[in-house]
Amino acid sequence: MSANTIAISEVPVHPLSLRLHEWVTTVDHKRLGVLYIVYALVFLALGGIEATIMRVQLIRPHNAFISPQVFNRMFTMHGTTMIFFVAMPMVFGFANYLVPLMIGARDMAFPRLNAFSFWMTALGGLLLYFSFFGGDGLYGAGSAPDVGWFAYAPLTAKTFSVGHSTDFWTLSLLSSGIGSIGTAINIIATILCMRCPGMTLGKMPLLVWLNLVMAGLVILAVSPLSAAQLMLVADRYLGGHFFDTQAGGSAVIWMHFFWIFGHPEVYVLVLPAFAFASEIIPVFSRKAIFGYPAMVLATIAIGFIGMSVWAHHMFTVGMSAGANAFFVLSTMAIAVPTGIKIFNWLATMWGGKIRFATPMLFCVAFLFQFLIAGLTGVTLAVAPLDWQLSNSYYVVAHFHYVIVGGILFCIFAAFYYWFPKFSGEMYNEALGKLHFWLFVIGFHLTFDFMHVPGILGMPRRIYTYEPGRGWDMWNLIVTIGVVFQAAGILVFAANLVWSYFCGKRAGNDPWDAWTLEWSTNSPPPEYNYAKVPIVRSRRPLWDLKHPEDPDWRYE
Amino acid sequence: MSPTNIFAPVSTPAESIFGLSVFVFSTMAGIFVVVFALLAYAVVKFRSQGSHGTEPAQIYGSTQVELAWTVIPVLIVVALFLAAARVIGSVQNQPRPQNAIEVVVTGHQYWWEYRYPRFNIVTANELHVPVSNPAHPTPTFLTLLSADTDHSFWVPRLGGKTDLIPNHPNQMWIDPHETGVFLGQCAQYCGTQHAKMLLRVYVQPREEFDRWVREQQQLAQTPESAGKRVFESTACVNCHSISGTPAKGRFGPDLTHLMSRDTIAAGAASNTPDTLSLWIRNPDAIKPGSKMPAMGLSDQDASTVAAYLETLR
Amino acid sequence: MSALSLSAPQGNLEWRLPSRGRVGMYCLIAAESAIFTIFVVAYLFYSGKSLTGPKPSEVLHAPIFCTVGLLSSSLTIHVALRRLSAGKTAIFGLWWLLTIVLGGVFLFGTAREWAHLIYDEGLTISTNLFGTTYYSLVGLHAFHVTMGLVALIAVAVFCFTSQLQRQHAERVEILSMYWHFVDAIWVIVFTVVYVIGV
Repeated sequence: MSANTIAISEVPVHPLSLRLHEWVTTVDHKRLGVLYIVYALVFLALGGIEATIMRVQLIRPHNAFISPQVFNRMFTMHGTTMIFFVAMPMVFGFANYLVPLMIGARDMAFPRLNAFSFWMTALGGLLLYFSFFGGDGLYGAGSAPDVGWFAYAPLTAKTFSVGHSTDFWTLSLLSSGIGSIGTAINIIATILCMRCPGMTLGKMPLLVWLNLVMAGLVILAVSPLSAAQLMLVADRYLGGHFFDTQAGGSAVIWMHFFWIFGHPEVYVLVLPAFAFASEIIPVFSRKAIFGYPAMVLATIAIGFIGMSVWAHHMFTVGMSAGANAFFVLSTMAIAVPTGIKIFNWLATMWGGKIRFATPMLFCVAFLFQFLIAGLTGVTLAVAPLDWQLSNSYYVVAHFHYVIVGGILFCIFAAFYYWFPKFSGEMYNEALGKLHFWLFVIGFHLTFDFMHVPGILGMPRRIYTYEPGRGWDMWNLIVTIGVVFQAAGILVFAANLVWSYFCGKRAGNDPWDAWTLEWSTNSPPPEYNYAKVPIVRSRRPLWDLKHPEDPDWRYE
Repeated sequence: MSPTNIFAPVSTPAESIFGLSVFVFSTMAGIFVVVFALLAYAVVKFRSQGSHGTEPAQIYGSTQVELAWTVIPVLIVVALFLAAARVIGSVQNQPRPQNAIEVVVTGHQYWWEYRYPRFNIVTANELHVPVSNPAHPTPTFLTLLSADTDHSFWVPRLGGKTDLIPNHPNQMWIDPHETGVFLGQCAQYCGTQHAKMLLRVYVQPREEFDRWVREQQQLAQTPESAGKRVFESTACVNCHSISGTPAKGRFGPDLTHLMSRDTIAAGAASNTPDTLSLWIRNPDAIKPGSKMPAMGLSDQDASTVAAYLETLR
Repeated sequence: MSALSLSAPQGNLEWRLPSRGRVGMYCLIAAESAIFTIFVVAYLFYSGKSLTGPKPSEVLHAPIFCTVGLLSSSLTIHVALRRLSAGKTAIFGLWWLLTIVLGGVFLFGTAREWAHLIYDEGLTISTNLFGTTYYSLVGLHAFHVTMGLVALIAVAVFCFTSQLQRQHAERVEILSMYWHFVDAIWVIVFTVVYVIGV
C-alpha cells in the first residue's frame, strides 16, 4: 500500500532574496492563504490601535486626548480596516488554504487569479493607509478618510469632504473589491469543479458548503458596493449627480446601495466562522455534526434571506410603514436558520466526550456569545426599538458582539486548530489558554457593558460626550476591557511566534480528526496529495479509523 | 437617573416603544435562559473523563427534534413581528390633529433651526413645545429637513429618532405628558462637530408656551449701539438674522431672541457673557470645526458685539 | 511520517464535474450583472427626476442600426464557434472578424451618438440626473464591449498566426459566453434607456 506522500530529501536552504521572491510570486493556495492571514494580522494590530485611541479619548466626558478631526478619522479607519483588511482577508486566507485540501484537490481552480486577487486586496490596504500621508488635497484638508465606514452621502460629496481623503476610501475598496470578487469566483469554481471522486455535494465538509455560499454572497454583494463607489467617483470627479441632493439626487439611494452590500457582507464574514465551529466542535466532542442536511439548508437559507434584509439599517430614514414592516419580517426570518445552527452545535456536544483544548474553548465561548449577539440582533430587528437604539452604542455593542465575540473567537479557534497542520508544530497550550481567558475577560468588560450607554441615549461616532447623562462609568469600564483584550492578543502573537520556532512537532493528525486535510503531512506538500483521494462519506478518516462502523452506512 | 434613558418615556411614541421593548426583552431573556442553561449543562455534563477511550455514540440527527426547534422559533418570530407591526402602524400613521403644533426642523452642520409656520417664528437649538394632556392631546408634529448632510433628531425620552436627510423630508411627532427640559443630540454622523449638535426640548404648560410664542414673535427691540453697528457692518449679517434689523442671513442661527436661550452653539456652551464673548472671538475654542468662523474682530469690537447680543431678549 | 492512504480500488468510478472555465465565467457574469443591476436601478429611479436640462424624449434617438449590429454579432460568434468545433479554422477566422467588425460598428455608433448629445444637445454627465445616469449606464456597457473586443482581437491574432486549433474550441466558447452576456445587457440597457425611460 503506497503512502500518500513522496519522501522529501534534504531541501537546500535558499538565500533570503530567493525565498522572498518565491513568496511574492507564489500561486500556491497554501502560501497565498498564509499571506492573506499574516496580512490580516498586521491590519488587526493597526485597527486595534485605532480602537484603543478612541477608547482612551472616550474614557471620560470632555476628554481632550485627540481632536474631533482625528477621532472621526479613527472610527472611519477602524471600521474600514477591520471589515475589509482584517476580517475579509482572514476569511479568504483560511478558505484558500483549507478548501482545496478538504475536497482532495491539488490547488484552487485558477491559481494565477488567486495571486492576482490577493495582491489587489493588499494594494487596497496600502492605499487606505497611504491616505494618512497623501490625503491632503488642494485645500490642505484631508488625510485619512473621516466619513465613517459606510460613507453616507452627501457627506462624501466634494462640498463636504474636501481634499482626497474620501477618494482613498473609495479607491482602496474598489481595489480590494476586485480581489474579493476574484477570490469568490475561484472558490466557487474550485468547489464545483475540483472535488475528489466520491465527494458529492452532499458529502462535502460543512466548511466547504459554508465557503461556497459565502463566495456566492460575495459575488452578489460586493458588486453593488463597487457600482456605488463608481457612482461616487463620477460625482466627485466628473460632475455627476448620483447622490447630489441639490440636483434632485438622493442620499437615501446611497444607503440602499451600500446596505445591499453591507448586510450580506456580515454573512460573508460569519459563514466562515460557522464553518470553523462546524469542523471543530464535532472533533472535540468526538461526535459527528448533528443534522448535516439541516445545517446545509440553513446555510443556503441564510444566503438567500440575507440578501433581503438590508434596509433594517435604514429604519430611521423615513421609509413607509409597509416597507419597515417588511424588513422587520425578513430580518426576523433570518434568525430562524441562524438559531437552528446554534441548536445543532449544542446537539453535537450533547452526549459527546468534550475535550477542552484551546480551539474548543474558543468555540464554546463563541456559542454563548453568538447566542447573545443574535438575541440583541432580534431586539434591533423590531423597528420601533431600532428607532431608539439605531446609531447608538447599543448597535455598536451588538455588532462587535457578533464580529468579535462570534467571528473573531471562531477565527482564534481556527488558528489553534489548524496551526499544527499549517506549520507542522504544536502551539503552546498554556499560552493558548492564557490568551483565551484574558480575551474573554476583556471582551465581556468592553462589549457587555457597552450596551448600557446605548440604552441611556449615547449615539455613536461622537468624539466626546456630556457629563450628567449617566454615561461616564460605563465608558470607563468599556475602556478598561481594552487592556485585557490587548494583553490577550499579545499572548496570542507570542504563542504563534514561539510555537513556530520552538513548538513540538505535530504529526499529520494531532486532533484525531476526520476530514481529508488530516491525512496528509503537516505542513502539506506542495501537491497536497500524492494520490487523489476517493471518499465514500462526509468523514473519510472516520471510515478509515472505524472500518467496522463507517459513516457511509448511516448517511 | 439618566436624562436620556429610553426606558423612561414621557411621550406616546416613546411609551409605545417602551411597552413593546418589555415584551421583546422578556422574550429574549426567556430564550437566553433556556439555551444558556442547556449549553452550560452540556459543557459540564459531557466533559471527557480522562483519556480518550471509545468514541461516544454517533448521532447524525433527529427529524422530530429538528422540526421542533424550527417550528418554535418561527412562532416566536411571528409573534414578535405582529407586535412590531402594530407599533409601527400606530407611530408612523398617526393622523395630525387640528390643534397640533407644527414645527419645521432644519438640520445644519452643527445646529438646529426651528420654524413655527403658524406662529411665524424662527428660533434655534432649543425647541419649545406645550405639554400634552393625554385626555385632550396637543401633540407637536415635526417636519424634518436638512440644509446640508444627514442628521438625526433623537430625544430618547420623547420618541425614537428620525433622520433629517436633504431632499427627503421626514415627519415625526411627540406629545410629552410632563413638563421639563428633555435632552438629546444629533444621532447621524454629520461631520466634525456631530458630537456637539445637542438638543434641548422645553416642554411647558400651555400658558407659558403661549407667552414664549408671543415673546418670540416680537421684533428685536434694541436701541442703536456700537455693537449693533459693528454687527451690521461686518460679515455677521451674512449668516445671522435679527428680525427688525437689516441682518437677514440664513446660514447661521436666528439671533433675534438669543438671550431667551440657556445655551449657545447647539448646547456646546452655556449662554453667559463670557462664553458668548469667547464664541465670537474664537469659536474653535468651544467647538473646533464648527462652521462659525473666527471673525477676526478686535477685542474691543468683540465685546461691543457681545454686549449688543446680550440685549436681544 | 507517512500519511494515511485513502485511495481504495473502486473499479470504474464515473466522476464528472463541470468545467472550471465555464463555472468561472458564469460567476463573472453574475458579478457583472449585479453591477449593471445597480446602474439600471439608478437609471430607473432617477427617470423623470431631473430638475433642469434636456429630457430623454427631447434628445434620444433609438440606435436601431447599432443595436442590430451588436445583436447580430451574437449570431456571427455562434456560427464562428460551430466552424471552429468542426475544425474549419479559416472560416472561423472570417466569422470571428465579422463579429469584431460588428462590435466595432456598435462602439463607433455609440461614439457618434455621444458626440451629437454633447456638442449639439449640450448633454453631458454633469448636466442633470438624466445625463449622469445615461452616460454612466451606456458608458459602462460600452466599456464592457471594449474589453470584449480586446479579448476577441487577441483570439483573432492567435487565429491568424495559426496557433488556434479545434481543441481550443471550448475556451473560445467560454469567451463567447462573455460576448453573449454583453449583448444581453445591451438588450436590457436599450429597453430601459430608449423604450421605458423615454
